[in-house]
Amino acid sequence: MRKWQCAVCGFIYDEAEGLPEEGIAPGTRWEDIPDDWTCPDCGASKDDFEMVPTD
Amino acid sequence: MEALSIEQARDYDHKRYLWPMGFGIILLIGALTSVGLYAGMTLFLFSAPLITYGVIPLMDWLIGKDSANPPEEALAALESDPYYRWLTYIYVGIELVFFAFLAYVVGTFQLSWLEWFGLTWTTGILTGVSINTAHELGHKKPRLERWLAMIALAPVAYGHFYVEHNKGHHRRVATPQDPASARMGESFWRFLPRTMVLSVASAWRIEKERLARKGKCAFSSDNEVLQAWAMTAVLWFALMAAFGTQLLPFLVLQAFLGASLLEAVNYVEHYGLLRRKMDNGRFERVQPAHSWNNDHIVTNVFLFHLQRHSDHHAHPTRRYQALRHFDDAPELPTGYAGMILLAYVPWLWFRVMDPRVVRHYRGDIRRANLQPGREEKLLARYPAADAAGEG
Repeated sequence: MRKWQCAVCGFIYDEAEGLPEEGIAPGTRWEDIPDDWTCPDCGASKDDFEMVPTD
Repeated sequence: MEALSIEQARDYDHKRYLWPMGFGIILLIGALTSVGLYAGMTLFLFSAPLITYGVIPLMDWLIGKDSANPPEEALAALESDPYYRWLTYIYVGIELVFFAFLAYVVGTFQLSWLEWFGLTWTTGILTGVSINTAHELGHKKPRLERWLAMIALAPVAYGHFYVEHNKGHHRRVATPQDPASARMGESFWRFLPRTMVLSVASAWRIEKERLARKGKCAFSSDNEVLQAWAMTAVLWFALMAAFGTQLLPFLVLQAFLGASLLEAVNYVEHYGLLRRKMDNGRFERVQPAHSWNNDHIVTNVFLFHLQRHSDHHAHPTRRYQALRHFDDAPELPTGYAGMILLAYVPWLWFRVMDPRVVRHYRGDIRRANLQPGREEKLLARYPAADAAGEG
């Protein structure tokens, strides 16, 4: 499972946790999130996210 | 949909050969200032304010708008065309050279107080407008561009903007919590101290929390606010060492004037606009309806398309040349240069803008971002009762 971070505001999408309050189930892969989905915090598009290296 | 090549995409950018004017205007102001200095014409030392507040709003009005959008298939090519980013890099170089020249003049020439003030004001406009270039660069992912953003903010001592804008303003835009979103009924003169003080506090809190998550103390060398302020300290001390400590009032005043110019633009960008609060306590996502836009050509060229502000909030890392106009987004009557002139005169601003906010919310200003304490007055003037429930 990977994490993706918004390059603008720093919001992190964690594939393991998903976003249940938005109907995105835990375990949903980044590729499976709709392309028109945007950052819940700042509204940035999916393109504005970068993968976070796992440490 | 097939992506276009860089060469094909170029034709879709109507402003392609105008963008160098972004720094061309700085060179022009530099030339005028030099003429004023060496020919003894004091008026020319005020060239930056005269151009910003006089010539540019007039040219906006004369030259008009361009609302053309590059097609979807041209966006990626436009985005990757190095021409555009080089223009912003060159801008930063020119900013620094001109700033050092002005400091040299103010520090070493015999000046009357009027000449001193003209040069200080011109410097403030230079460093203030440069915050816009820093803004463009500070949103980009490459490290080089983020560094250039901080460097461009050093003369004006506004490095905390780099942190607050991305991680604070972009999250809280068009909510009562955002220090950089103006409220309906809030004059620019009330907004200015609020945004200046709270933006510093917000930037500091954001960095403190980020560093705490990494197990570091706020006073760490990784603190980007401290890094940015350190750049200002180094630059200012170097200039005072070279040209004398009598430079300090000049440095402080130009920084204040520059920051005020940026905050006037911030005041305009989201005035009165509000995101709806949802049942779970979060605000609705940022939409095109939450920014004021303008498509006048002249101001858009000098501001690197900042006025296509709705698309900027939807795609904050998108480069200026690829930003698009939205027909249904709120539109200002003129460019930001003309609008900030209005903002300085609150009764005129309210007269022009409040009816626009009312229209935007279809008569129901209870949906707008209202200045606390002025709700009753505003509702008495713009009663929401006749706006039938749903707008």
